[in-house]
Amino acid sequence: MITYIIRRFLYALPLLMAVNVLTFVLFFVVNSPDDMARMQLGQKHVTEQAIQNWKHQHGYDLPLLWNGGQDGGKQLTETIFYQKSVNLFLFDFGISDSGRNIGTDIQQRMWPSLALALPSLLVGLLVNITLALLMVLFRNSYLELASSVVCVMLMSVSSLFYIIGGQFFIGKLLKLVPISGYDEGLAAAKFLILPVIISVVAGIGSGVRWYRTLFLEEVEKDYVRTARAKGLTETQVLFKHVLKNAMIPILTGVVVVLPLLFMGSLIMESFFSIPGLGSYTIDAINRQDFAIVRSMVFLGSALYIAGLLMTDISYTLVDPRVRLN
Amino acid sequence: MLVLWTDALIYLLVVAAGMLAWYLSRQQHMRRPLHKIAASPVAMASLTLLLCFALIGLADSIHFKDTDSRSNDAISLLDVACSTMRSHSEKTYSAPFSAYLYAKETLTAEDGATRWDYPRLTYGGAHLHDPDSELNRDVLLKTLGGFSKGAGLMLMILLFAWGDKRERSRRFMRSSSGKAVWLVMFLVVSLFYTLFSLSAFYHVLGTDKVGEDVFYQALKSIRTGLVIGSLTTLVMLPLAIVFGIMAGFFKGWVDDLIQFIYTTLNSIPSVLLIAASILMVQVYMTNHAEDFNNSLVRADMRLLFLCLILGVTSWTGLCRLLRAETLKLREMEYVLAAQALGVKPAMILFRHILPNVMHIVLISVVLDFSSLVLAEAVLSYINIGVDPTTHSWGNMINSARLEMAREPVVWWSLAAAFVFMFALVLAANLFADSVRDAFDPRRAARG
Repeated sequence: MITYIIRRFLYALPLLMAVNVLTFVLFFVVNSPDDMARMQLGQKHVTEQAIQNWKHQHGYDLPLLWNGGQDGGKQLTETIFYQKSVNLFLFDFGISDSGRNIGTDIQQRMWPSLALALPSLLVGLLVNITLALLMVLFRNSYLELASSVVCVMLMSVSSLFYIIGGQFFIGKLLKLVPISGYDEGLAAAKFLILPVIISVVAGIGSGVRWYRTLFLEEVEKDYVRTARAKGLTETQVLFKHVLKNAMIPILTGVVVVLPLLFMGSLIMESFFSIPGLGSYTIDAINRQDFAIVRSMVFLGSALYIAGLLMTDISYTLVDPRVRLN
Repeated sequence: MLVLWTDALIYLLVVAAGMLAWYLSRQQHMRRPLHKIAASPVAMASLTLLLCFALIGLADSIHFKDTDSRSNDAISLLDVACSTMRSHSEKTYSAPFSAYLYAKETLTAEDGATRWDYPRLTYGGAHLHDPDSELNRDVLLKTLGGFSKGAGLMLMILLFAWGDKRERSRRFMRSSSGKAVWLVMFLVVSLFYTLFSLSAFYHVLGTDKVGEDVFYQALKSIRTGLVIGSLTTLVMLPLAIVFGIMAGFFKGWVDDLIQFIYTTLNSIPSVLLIAASILMVQVYMTNHAEDFNNSLVRADMRLLFLCLILGVTSWTGLCRLLRAETLKLREMEYVLAAQALGVKPAMILFRHILPNVMHIVLISVVLDFSSLVLAEAVLSYINIGVDPTTHSWGNMINSARLEMAREPVVWWSLAAAFVFMFALVLAANLFADSVRDAFDPRRAARG
């Protein structure tokens, strides 16, 4: 088990390296360091000297990937790529191009993202699983048919409409909650209710259908028949036996997304102007702030890999038949 | 004639889909699921609706030079069909079926007196003398007239079909899926006939900020949605199939390499990849301005590139499924027998593995279609989707967002985008469901 985890960590290094190279290439095919300097200093009235100074200050005056002017190992190390990448592996994100500390920014913005993503996930899970179990309970009836139809309809509506509709009806017409914004501490709750509700509702269609197939598969197994033969009621069978055994696929699905919750939801955050990491990334893309983009991509891929690892480990915890080697 | 890149690819796709359908219908083991789909009324009804959408999209994909205008604008067959709607542009917002503008202006009467009121529209309801008293009656009459003409046309076609004495067509007419198809056809044709005949006199879905007819915009957006949904698949399929099958079949370092590639791609947030690539195209186009002097060509290039990059980011899921299935298949007796007989690996892949994973490919293609159409709207909303000048539902929603904050609210752009998108995606979802039910062997076994 321990050796397996260590091996997976070692396997993650080349992956992170590849991700880094790919982001780097993508970003610098589009922008040159000169473009970035102009972007930061303002488009007009920039002297050549100011650009050179900015580039030198931020370390963008080196060659991109290969420094032909140096000897030996310095051909690789005296480049923008090396200088900007090596610290990332120590989770030292450095200073953004506009002069802010990225690490502190991320620490600050992580909490709003979590405050939105975690309740959305939990409430969503609860609602989806309950509805799916109810659908299975009433299987082969008109109620099930009707709810399947409703699910497909809910799935066919774009998430944008849920957001716009929610903001319009709940925020603007009924004036129950503020339309957008964010506050410190507990006062944030009133800003978070609407986005959480909307993300739960938007996920119901596909979520309920997915859990329903999980439960239906489980319902047909032998142990369920035995439980029924014992004389348990259908509700007992479903909520005690089936739910417990379907927990394995549900858990693994949840574990994978747990680390990614930090990254927040890009669309929700930008619509409700919540200062989380999702909107941070989008802003950085628009401002062409390479330092932030690179850090966020690195963080995102590191979390993704951590999620995959956590899933594998959670398999062994919930299902004793699985052995990692 | 002017052939855009996406036009050419769409027609290529149509030909490919036709050939695939022909090939599938000749395969013995494919007939049972195909019959199952044909027997389901929901599947056939949604397929009919999808084909109607596809027809509009295809008509919008035949471009030629506009002879009327002096500029080198290109118009499509759909533009010709909607020429009244296209030319009837007002000054700014107007509500559906309204004869007045949505904003008050200072009007000068004939005697020189000025008043502050809603001005009449240039085209919408211009034939009425006194809209306040005549409008409702006129709209009702024109709706009934248009509907009865459309319905009459459809009834005539239905009668001809009924008179067809061949046993095969008689059986189709009697089956429930046949009835569903005719019902959908009847509704769509008569509805569109009504809307088209009304749109010569009114703006049936109102006009937007610059006075363009919203119904026309929604119709033009169909092509964008379809292009994103279908061309992306065209990009994604070869990558997913080749890599997925190879990873599962050869194992070893090939498998490691392919897994490495798709994990890398997966772990980069896809929005970022898309944003970077779209920026790249724009930089390329500004540097090669002389090749992209036509705004339509520019927008088309961006659309094509969006499909490319969406394809590159979305092949990984299918690839993983195919890898797992191939891992299972390569241990089957018939594959082992082929190997023992010395058949070349390429031949085994092509003759034994590929046909046996085809159902997974088919299922995931139809399932992905609707999510891609939805993704387009979201991407266009954050400005990394299609070109802002391209008609698309995402762009319509994007511009409608500010209108919701207006007082009084301008709701019709949003409603139009909602209805059209909902119809397309719902039909696609329902059809995808029945394809999955028919082709998934696990579900087939359960009955």
